[in-house]
Amino acid sequence: MAKYILKRFMLAALTVFVVASITFFLMNMVPGGPFVAEKSISEQAQAALNEKFGMDKPLIVQYKNYMLSAAHGDFGLSLKQRGRTVAEIITSKFPVSARLGGISVVLSLLIGIPLGSIAALNRGRWVDDLIIVIATCGIAFPSFVICTVGLYIFGVYLGWLPTMGLTTPLHYILPVFALAFYPTAYITRLMRSSMLDVIGQDYMRTARAKGLSQHVSLFKHALRNAILPVITYVGPMLAYTLTGSMVVEKIFVIPGLGGQFVSSIMTRDYTVIMGTTIFLATLVIMMNALVDIVYKFVDPRIQLK
Amino acid sequence: MKEYLVDIRNERLSFFTPAGEVKALNDVSLHVREGEVLGIVGESGSGKSVTSYSLMGLTAHPGRLVGGDLYFNGHYINEMSEREMQKIRGNEVSIIFQDPMTSLNPVFTIGNQIREVILLHTNKTRKEANDRARELLQLVGINEPDKRLKQYPHELSGGMRQRVMIAIALACEPKLLIADEPTTALDVTIQAQILELMRDLKEKLGMSIILITHDLGVVAGMCDHIAVMYAGKVVEYGTTDEIFYQPSHEYTKGLLRSIPNLNEREHKRLVPIEGLPVDMLNPPAGCPFAPRCRSCMKICLSSMPNYTQVSDHHSSACWLLDKEKFERQAEGQA
Amino acid sequence: MAEKNLVSFQLKVEDFLPATDAEKQSLTQMRPGVSFWKDAMRRMKKNKVAMISLCVILIIMIFSFILPSYYPYHYGQQIQGSEYLGPMTYSPQEQVRIDAGEKVFPHILGTDNLGRDYAVRVMVGSRISLSVGLIAAGIILVIGSIYGAVSGFFGGWVDLIMMRIVDIIYTVPDILLIVLISFALKDPMQTLAEKPGFAWIQTIGVNLISIFLVFALLYWVGMARIVRSQVLTLKQNEYVTAARALGAGSGRIIRKHLLTNSIGTLIVMTTLQIPSAIFTESFLSFLGLGVAIPLPSLGSLASDALNGLNTYPYLLLAPALLISLIILSFNLFGDGLRDAFDPKMKS
Repeated sequence: MAKYILKRFMLAALTVFVVASITFFLMNMVPGGPFVAEKSISEQAQAALNEKFGMDKPLIVQYKNYMLSAAHGDFGLSLKQRGRTVAEIITSKFPVSARLGGISVVLSLLIGIPLGSIAALNRGRWVDDLIIVIATCGIAFPSFVICTVGLYIFGVYLGWLPTMGLTTPLHYILPVFALAFYPTAYITRLMRSSMLDVIGQDYMRTARAKGLSQHVSLFKHALRNAILPVITYVGPMLAYTLTGSMVVEKIFVIPGLGGQFVSSIMTRDYTVIMGTTIFLATLVIMMNALVDIVYKFVDPRIQLK
Repeated sequence: MKEYLVDIRNERLSFFTPAGEVKALNDVSLHVREGEVLGIVGESGSGKSVTSYSLMGLTAHPGRLVGGDLYFNGHYINEMSEREMQKIRGNEVSIIFQDPMTSLNPVFTIGNQIREVILLHTNKTRKEANDRARELLQLVGINEPDKRLKQYPHELSGGMRQRVMIAIALACEPKLLIADEPTTALDVTIQAQILELMRDLKEKLGMSIILITHDLGVVAGMCDHIAVMYAGKVVEYGTTDEIFYQPSHEYTKGLLRSIPNLNEREHKRLVPIEGLPVDMLNPPAGCPFAPRCRSCMKICLSSMPNYTQVSDHHSSACWLLDKEKFERQAEGQA
Repeated sequence: MAEKNLVSFQLKVEDFLPATDAEKQSLTQMRPGVSFWKDAMRRMKKNKVAMISLCVILIIMIFSFILPSYYPYHYGQQIQGSEYLGPMTYSPQEQVRIDAGEKVFPHILGTDNLGRDYAVRVMVGSRISLSVGLIAAGIILVIGSIYGAVSGFFGGWVDLIMMRIVDIIYTVPDILLIVLISFALKDPMQTLAEKPGFAWIQTIGVNLISIFLVFALLYWVGMARIVRSQVLTLKQNEYVTAARALGAGSGRIIRKHLLTNSIGTLIVMTTLQIPSAIFTESFLSFLGLGVAIPLPSLGSLASDALNGLNTYPYLLLAPALLISLIILSFNLFGDGLRDAFDPKMKS
């Protein structure tokens, strides 16, 4: 088991390294390199960056310097936001996204798992059909559609909910709903097919033959088995929530990291782009590794020695 | 009625599928006394498992009892509620299934799964249940019971898993054990061990067994009575000796004929039963075995034969027997 | 067919005569054997949802690829004075022309901020989205299946290395990389487009090329894994050994035996890749990383429409609904295909 954990983290670390390197070299494909002298950047900032990353030195040296600094969390100064370091920007924006993302992940699980189970148990009846339809629409509609349509209906047309920012709890409703839509639908479908699979298994028959009631056999025996595939989805779900946040934060004007990523692209703030990419990539890769490891703990069939 | 532990009379059961009504059981009658072993023999689709499941109320979804009466241990199964059935399942009647690989829940320990049935039907504490579980594992011949209790199903071999299933089935000392093809999924050597185990347990605990199988060799050593089923009907019923040495129905004869003889010195062709199984969506009006029967007569195709009593405990549903009776009558009159 | 015997019926001698083979045959009905394809097609036709989705897809195809050629307006055509017209309304200038007796084709979905007919922009937008989806799915299919087939077929350390690469690619968060690559390629692409013979890059747009590039680099891994596992299972089959014994080379075996047997899975996977590619493209276009102006994409149309949402909601609703419809129908059709090809019947 320990061997597996080690291997998994090594793979994750390797991938982070690869991503960071790719990021660096891609940014350097832009003529002049990432820390190019732009009119909008102050003299001091320019000088500081030059010194830190050795702009006159060969690319490899720059690369080494950058990677070493990055490993310490130092991504340099923002090119467009005067006086702020990239790290500062990240640490101020990330909690907002984290809160939003966290709520929507929890919500997706809380809604998706029961919904999928209900569909499976009522297979063939109208409840099942209804849930399938909703879930299929959920995975088909792109997030920006959900956001914009939701924004229009509830924010503009009906005027019930605020459309920008995150100041009151009411402000959370639309963004969370939009962000959680796809994962909830996906989990519902996943849970449904997993549950259907499990219900047809022989050990469910054994459970009933012992004299267990429908409820107990479902909650104890079926759920425990059916939920395993859903755990494996949590990893990709986190990645999705991350990318989904880009759209949601742009539309609802939320000061989070996803939105920051997009706007720094628009404004060509290279240092921020690089720093944010590496940070987000690391986050996602590490969380995936963690989920994989947790899964191995939970499913006794896959006990690796 | 009271003399029998199990008394099934004229059971009819159908599955109402989207494709139509599949008449799985078409007038099935059988009975088992206390301490007896009944073997139910037949091909896949003959209805042998369905009959036993219906006794426990475990008929799978689109299936429904359409006619007949089911009595077990003084209960009238037809009118029992789901709650009442749950009380007797695992308790007065237990069942072990064909495939031990998939019959145990992979995410719970062996101990957990055995304790579960004990805690469900008795007032024992967890510790007492655990002790009992250990006892049961020893009873079924599993060594190092304490170690096994903590293990998961995938860590045990097929034979051991089946023993665990038996342990679970016996936990509450049921009066009837239904064994649905208990050895089909196992190696031949393990098969022998499991059957031996069941024989021992039957002696020790005095319980009745219904042994369902398609393998004649299995019933030969174990059963007191045998019911031969084909296409949802019991075509012949008798003691083991009578079935093996005086088979009356053409299907039974066909089954016995098809057993290859290891002692043959010459090379002989195998003798299968010709033809294909019956389409249960549209069962024929006459004897279901008719199209495959080498002695098929015109009446066999058009009408269902009645049961003829061949001896005290031996009956068979075949027009050939009626033919004999008819001919004797004709002779008598002539 | 008579179920019950008559209560009292007389047995006659004739009843006990042996039955002929012909009489026995009449009672056994053999269901005719069906080929794999026919069976799948049959199941497909029975699936109403899938059939409806197919019709919708075809209608949308006509709408996007054929209709604009016959439409009186061009997607880039800016009509002075006709800005922000509501659906089915006319500008004052157009009204004058109508009064003068001229026939002016109505703007079914109104116009946008530059006076361009919105209906035709939506049509062309969906053409772009569909094309991207189809081409991307094609790229994924080709690269993914070849990679997966080779990896699975040869096994050993070839397989090991190829799959490690897949693992790494799989772990990388794709959107981040897409955005980065699109962004980084912009300027180099631009300089390339100015060279002779590469002018087509300009029309299609740098971003779109980047999208295709990224699909080619990253998105084929899912397909590769599935194809590889298919190949691994099929490799065990005897007909592969038989083919080898007859002297067939590896290439031939892969092509003829292994791939043909995986076709069902391949078709389903590719069909389901199309909506996911369209999804990604619209997402990127929405963020401003999609096609070059003035080419519209459903994603960019929706993004542009956000600005005037309060006053001109129709500018948002049309592309949003259309893209949802496209993705939904492809998903439902793909699901239907999967159910039709899957021998494990759900009922």
